[in-house]
Amino acid sequence: MAEPKQITLTIEGRQTTVAEGTSILEAAKTVGILIPHYCYHPGLPVAGVCRMCLVEVEKAPKLAAACATAATDGQVVHVHTERAREARKGVLEFLLINHPLDCPICDQAGECELQDYTYQEGRNSSRLRDPKRFNPLEDFGGDVMYVTNRCILCTRCVRFMDDVAHEPALNVSERGDRAVIGRFEGKDLTHPWAGNVIDLCPVGALLSKDSLNKVRAWEMDRSASVCPNCTQGCNSMIETRDNVVVRMRPRPNAEVNEYFMCDYGRLNYRWLNGPDRLDVPMARRGGELAPTDWELALATTAEALRGKRVFALVSPMLSNEALFLVRRLLDRTGGTGAFRVERGPAAPLPGVPDLSLRAERGANVIGAELLGFTKSDRPLDDLQQGDVLLVAGAALSADDAGAAARAADVVVIGWAPPGIEGTVASLPIANVAEEEGTFTNVRGRVQRFLQAKAAPGAARPSYFVLSDLLALLGDSANFFLASQVFEALGQARPEYAGLTYDSLGLKGAPIAGAERFAEPVEAGR
Amino acid sequence: MGYPYKSNAREAPVLSRHFGDTEARSVAGWRHRGGYRALEQALGMPQADLVNIVKESGLRGRGGAGFPTGLKWSFMKPGDGKPHYLICNADESEPGTFKDREIMRWTPHALIEGCAIASWAIGAEVCYIYIRGEFTEPLRIMGDALREAYAEGILGRNAMGSGRRIDMWIHKGAGAYICGEETAMMNSIEGRRGNPRIKPPFPAVAGVFGQPTTINNVETLAAVPHIITQGAEWYKGMSLSNPKSTGTKLYSVCGNIARPGNYEVVMGFPFKEFLYDLCGGPPQGRKFKAIIPGGASVPIQTVEEAEGTLMDYEGFIAGGTMLGSGGVIVIDDQQSMVKQIARLTRFFAHESCAQCTQCREGTGWVTRILERILAGGGTFEDLDTLLELSHNMTGTTICVLSDSCATPVVSGIRKFRHEFEALITGRRSSTVATASV
Repeated sequence: MAEPKQITLTIEGRQTTVAEGTSILEAAKTVGILIPHYCYHPGLPVAGVCRMCLVEVEKAPKLAAACATAATDGQVVHVHTERAREARKGVLEFLLINHPLDCPICDQAGECELQDYTYQEGRNSSRLRDPKRFNPLEDFGGDVMYVTNRCILCTRCVRFMDDVAHEPALNVSERGDRAVIGRFEGKDLTHPWAGNVIDLCPVGALLSKDSLNKVRAWEMDRSASVCPNCTQGCNSMIETRDNVVVRMRPRPNAEVNEYFMCDYGRLNYRWLNGPDRLDVPMARRGGELAPTDWELALATTAEALRGKRVFALVSPMLSNEALFLVRRLLDRTGGTGAFRVERGPAAPLPGVPDLSLRAERGANVIGAELLGFTKSDRPLDDLQQGDVLLVAGAALSADDAGAAARAADVVVIGWAPPGIEGTVASLPIANVAEEEGTFTNVRGRVQRFLQAKAAPGAARPSYFVLSDLLALLGDSANFFLASQVFEALGQARPEYAGLTYDSLGLKGAPIAGAERFAEPVEAGR
Repeated sequence: MGYPYKSNAREAPVLSRHFGDTEARSVAGWRHRGGYRALEQALGMPQADLVNIVKESGLRGRGGAGFPTGLKWSFMKPGDGKPHYLICNADESEPGTFKDREIMRWTPHALIEGCAIASWAIGAEVCYIYIRGEFTEPLRIMGDALREAYAEGILGRNAMGSGRRIDMWIHKGAGAYICGEETAMMNSIEGRRGNPRIKPPFPAVAGVFGQPTTINNVETLAAVPHIITQGAEWYKGMSLSNPKSTGTKLYSVCGNIARPGNYEVVMGFPFKEFLYDLCGGPPQGRKFKAIIPGGASVPIQTVEEAEGTLMDYEGFIAGGTMLGSGGVIVIDDQQSMVKQIARLTRFFAHESCAQCTQCREGTGWVTRILERILAGGGTFEDLDTLLELSHNMTGTTICVLSDSCATPVVSGIRKFRHEFEALITGRRSSTVATASV
């Protein structure tokens, strides 16, 4: 395909060159100007209805909607002229006349674009002397609640369901100022991706029932993360309050999830706060596992492993860094490792190529396989009589009990109390929300996640614990940071060669040879 | 006007010649009156020649905008490999307008003939006639006429034996004013909600089903056969004023006037004579106060302004308003202008498609203010607010419904401010119960 023609225009006195066909709104972003808007969203078709993005274009008689007007060569655009600002002020006034102004009890308060733009360029008082129209709120099904009176009819939700989810469920019902978002007969938002309409809604009209009245926007701390709930690796934002994860939302990444995240992923965060955590190191004393300090627990573990063949049962929820260190340990002691991955129904999002809730519900299945761990529904089959069983992040199922009995000793590095017969030591580690690391997703893309909250009790980052353990077993590497482990991984494994935390950034990068993980082309397509 | 009264001698009945003549409704009757000769002639002509004749005739869109018809047709490029469509806009939803209704009631074949000629000229094999759903009688008559035209081989795969396909469908509107807007109409035909689309792309590039489309009003298309048979010069000659306004125009006259109805006069006819001589002036004992000459969307004229106006596109603009659809709404001295204006804005508030913020919220808010003024709760600040809201509602939205709602408010407050002030100060109490929107 031919390269699109480049055109140059001036926006607020700043020149920018963009591809032909780019809207004025997107062109303005390239020079650091955010033209106020509501209905426009880069992940949805242009509607051009909110009229908030009106700007002045030289030589054009009327104000132009920046989202729906293509940038042209030599165009001169003014965003902050008197005329354009008056027009947008007018839009804001119109948007607010029937709005309940109930910000004190609105979940969106603090992250509401109606608040933001009104603060930025709205009127300081209302001229409305007449009653507002009123509509009752409505349960839209799924996780979505519709607070009708706050709605500004931007139709982002309608367009998401129509053009991205390909499951038309919403519409604009009625006309004039009686108009509301309606549901088609027999339809609701139980679609596996419908929760995105909550993020897309620029105001407090579509709210998550899950986080309703739970937290104020300004009380939350936000950390870039990667959704661990399937192999897709949607970029996410973990939001916490007082060290508790209260919400997960998508973080845009055109290569992975665009602007979206499935409901399964976003709502499956409570385990990150789980109360039944292993939060103190334990070691066997006199036949009983008892809480102890890290030094003793690590020494006990090293003692159990030293000179033995080790079989590692790992988890696809462990980071590349942790898995790499387990691998390094196995290389030292001799032995193999395997993992089991939970499965569930897959749910693709038709409007975005190659975006799906994947059947395999583990973040790092590919990472584990690349490091030589075997994916198996009976992962302990290769556990040999007399091996030491190292359980890292995994849980044993009832079926595993018989096989586990073959182990000489069991050591546990994990999140949950072991409850395994013969455990000599258990070392508490941080989960994905509590440490730094990387996952390799279904398409071979390595992506970083950051620490979002503190680990409970005495739990330490997984790479930290494993690094200490390796040191006790005579490994000379001394890793203090996840990034150091990742660099060592790059040196040891060709797939990761040349990658660093800096080069990954917060959007990730494909591993060498990631093409082999590309979406299989269906026959006849 | 031909129906129910005989045409006045000063009228120029071209389109309305057969109004009231039931025999003109059948194919045979229409042929007897010279019908379908123009189509036969047109089908034997090159498309470019047809477009040129219409261009030369000076025919302009009769739906309200007054865009030169031949120029519009020339945007369509026959042979570009895409299916082309003609849409006949028979939605006639503009308040005060009922001229297209009469064309369809009495001379359905005139419209079918005009549509068929236009279809060939723009290279369209399919034409949709979008008829307002409330027009039950015209719908029935048009349906019968269409069936007849097919039976006679006038339409179909081999229209009049020309070897050309011209198919025609009647699409029944479902009661939305906005579906008279051309892009909303295209959405409606496609089975979508009747919301206007952003332009560009213009219909000639991507119209109905994303294909090149031309949309013409009923009256425009009905005039085409006459232009083909009698020539561009003849049509151009029908003008008393500006050479840019040619031919005849049908006006629907309603309100406080002695003889309401449809009147057809040549362009440039003096409005004063039209109102007093043709339409019989105000009802006995009353005086004209205000005229809305082109359907609800155009600025209100005072009677003094109207009396000095010549009836053509330029003349109405010179008179501070627009020709619009030709729906003349006459208001006499017994009426409250505030009430009339509130009634108009209530209509627009009801019909706003709800896409654009200014229109969705503005039409309703303006109506609420006006109805409060009517109920005796107005303030002087309200008038300033109304003018400012109207300003914000003008030129800022996808279509012009919002502008149309602002128009009577602005012209009304400018020209009849004393009536608003009388209500606000309580010098005059409202006789009107406010109805909810």
